[in-house]
Amino acid sequence: MTTLAATGVQHAAWLILAFPVLGSAVLLLGGRRTDRWGHLLGVAAPLAAFGYGLACFAALLGYPAAQRSRDLHMFSWIAVARFRVDVGLLQDPLSLSFVLLITGVGSLICIYSVGYMAHDSDRRRFFGYMNLFIAAMLLLVLADDYLVLYVGWEGVGLASYLLIGFWQFKLTAATAAKKAFIVNRVGDAGLSLAIMLMFATFGSVTFSGVFSRAHLAGPGVLAALGLLLLLGACGKSAQVPLQSWLLDAMEGPTPVSALIHAATMVTAGVYLIVRSHVLFDLSPTARLAVTVVGAVTLLWGAIIGCAKDDIKKALAGSTMSQIGYMTLGAGLGPAGYIFAIAHLLAHGFFKAGLFLGAGSVMHGMDDEVNMRRYGGLARLLPVTFVTFGLGYLAIIGVPPFSGFFTKDPIIEAAFDKGGTSGAILGTAALVGAGITAFYMTRIMLMTFTGKRRWEEAGPQAQASQDQHPAPHPHESPPVMLWPMILLAVGSVGAGAFLIINNRFVDFLAPVVGTPPTAHGIWTGPGLGALGLTAVGIAIAWAMYGRRDVPALAPAGRFPVTAARRDLYGDAFNESVLMRPGQWLTRLSVYFDNRGVDGLVNTLAATVGGTSGRLRRVQTGFVRSYALAMFFGAALLVGALLLVRL
Amino acid sequence: MSPGHYVALAVILFVIGGVGVLVRRNAMVIFMCVELMLNACNLAFVGFARAHGNLDGQVIAFFVMVVAAAEVVVGLAVLMAIFRTRRSASVDDASLLKY
Repeated sequence: MTTLAATGVQHAAWLILAFPVLGSAVLLLGGRRTDRWGHLLGVAAPLAAFGYGLACFAALLGYPAAQRSRDLHMFSWIAVARFRVDVGLLQDPLSLSFVLLITGVGSLICIYSVGYMAHDSDRRRFFGYMNLFIAAMLLLVLADDYLVLYVGWEGVGLASYLLIGFWQFKLTAATAAKKAFIVNRVGDAGLSLAIMLMFATFGSVTFSGVFSRAHLAGPGVLAALGLLLLLGACGKSAQVPLQSWLLDAMEGPTPVSALIHAATMVTAGVYLIVRSHVLFDLSPTARLAVTVVGAVTLLWGAIIGCAKDDIKKALAGSTMSQIGYMTLGAGLGPAGYIFAIAHLLAHGFFKAGLFLGAGSVMHGMDDEVNMRRYGGLARLLPVTFVTFGLGYLAIIGVPPFSGFFTKDPIIEAAFDKGGTSGAILGTAALVGAGITAFYMTRIMLMTFTGKRRWEEAGPQAQASQDQHPAPHPHESPPVMLWPMILLAVGSVGAGAFLIINNRFVDFLAPVVGTPPTAHGIWTGPGLGALGLTAVGIAIAWAMYGRRDVPALAPAGRFPVTAARRDLYGDAFNESVLMRPGQWLTRLSVYFDNRGVDGLVNTLAATVGGTSGRLRRVQTGFVRSYALAMFFGAALLVGALLLVRL
Repeated sequence: MSPGHYVALAVILFVIGGVGVLVRRNAMVIFMCVELMLNACNLAFVGFARAHGNLDGQVIAFFVMVVAAAEVVVGLAVLMAIFRTRRSASVDDASLLKY
């Protein structure tokens, strides 16, 4: 599809970006003066961006399908000899889908935060960071150039860091923020290397420039580009092997987890891969690596999700797993791109809804996150229960909820790939669906049904009885409930809306290519996934529904302890990367102290000692100076005489 | 009296002055010894001028006198200042300007 110049409403598409930029600038630079009305501005800016995004989207729908790629040139940023970077906004079905997701879900979560953060003295700063995040994320998806995309990429990393560590007074939050930032740097290095390689190979870093010349590059360069982009995607999207930061990132406020670490930022990696589909189409090696990463991560995250007692960490494991599905889909080539994005959009709704539900439970339970201290909350938090339940049905893929429509095509496409790899990937995706059903049912049962474990005073609660009386669970205020309800509507209907009648397939096909085979609704793999889902639910019911859940976690044997420790991801990083790194730094510090400094210090000590001794010659006695002068003069005269002779 | 005698006398006076500068402690005496050395030089200049039969050495002797006069003015002023503060004219006492 050729890209045309943006006209009409789309000519002012920079407004989409300008609203959140302005919002964050006012809130962050205005300081305490904006405290009283800061949250209102913080909600209004994303809403305005959403409104303008809708207008641009409507304008886009007005064009014929082949002319829906519109580029808005804004200004020339860097122009040095052959290297030229223009800042422009690319508006096509893919980027505008993301714009609507980011601003729509972002606005809902901002509205929710008004209630959730009401008692936080730094609410204004929170909204400033949220707007900063939305602005950076919009730049990421609207950029028509890899370098400008990279600016947004780094911007969301910064906002994520600031928001994970929003409660800096908690040591765990500060550490988690640093961890997320550092792990992301590894991925960012991959992306920046990819951009440099693009410039070296194609002489351009714009999407159009790179894609139009991609077929000229050799297979080695294309594979390297694909793998570097995948490394970047792994860092941002918490895919194995750069997955370890996402679980710790749950230290941030819950709306942050919902917006950044579930709905939008962590899906940027999938966006990057789908946006670079031209490169991946040409390199089967890179695509295979993407599918392997996706399949491993979808099982990895699901297994972790099964063992976590912290409701947010269990959901984080689930996020990791669902993004694994999207990555797997994106790695399947044209057969999977569209379904990866469809699942991404549906996931944005139901996972944000689930996180907001978790936040609502925490709000009612005095910020308790341990599900073993929940139980029987369905009657006390009815709206939360229903909205969370709808999200739950969506994620495990019960028809006719979202997940059923968007996850099953990915599983089916994996089997369609054919050969051994297709069978392995498809089986992994199927098993993942079963595990998803297990851990999500476990969360539901532990939170909303069973005995009210928060009433009984466990050994821990007794110790701290005087400071922390038993919580009095209560439903959240309407300002928090309405966003949850709207997201629940999205989790019910988004999948069906996108997939039925091939709506989304036809919409995105001009950008990323048409899937080679049409997908039905009731297919073999889909039915298999449903069967495994039923099995997962049954096992979870047998373990957590029929029996009482102990308020203290039982010791557990090998697989459980491994999953509780994030499948030793942190232990691996520590023993393979951190410890050797520490030894290396210690070695180089030792070498620096003893070797380099030793040499310099010895030299300095020699000079210092010698001059200290020579200094003694300066006695201060005039007569000794005079004597020295005489000897000097005599020496001179002697030398002159000698020369003359 | 040949010019050689004048030069010999000048050497003797210079050596006396030099030894005086090196061995005496009283700043006044050292000063006088310095003058003695300057005048020994003058004597040598004049003696050599006589021997060579031109006036160069004699002219230089006048210059030396002028410099010596200037040096006396500055030197005596320094000496007075030191004596006023320290109540002593010994050069070994004024040995603070050292390492």
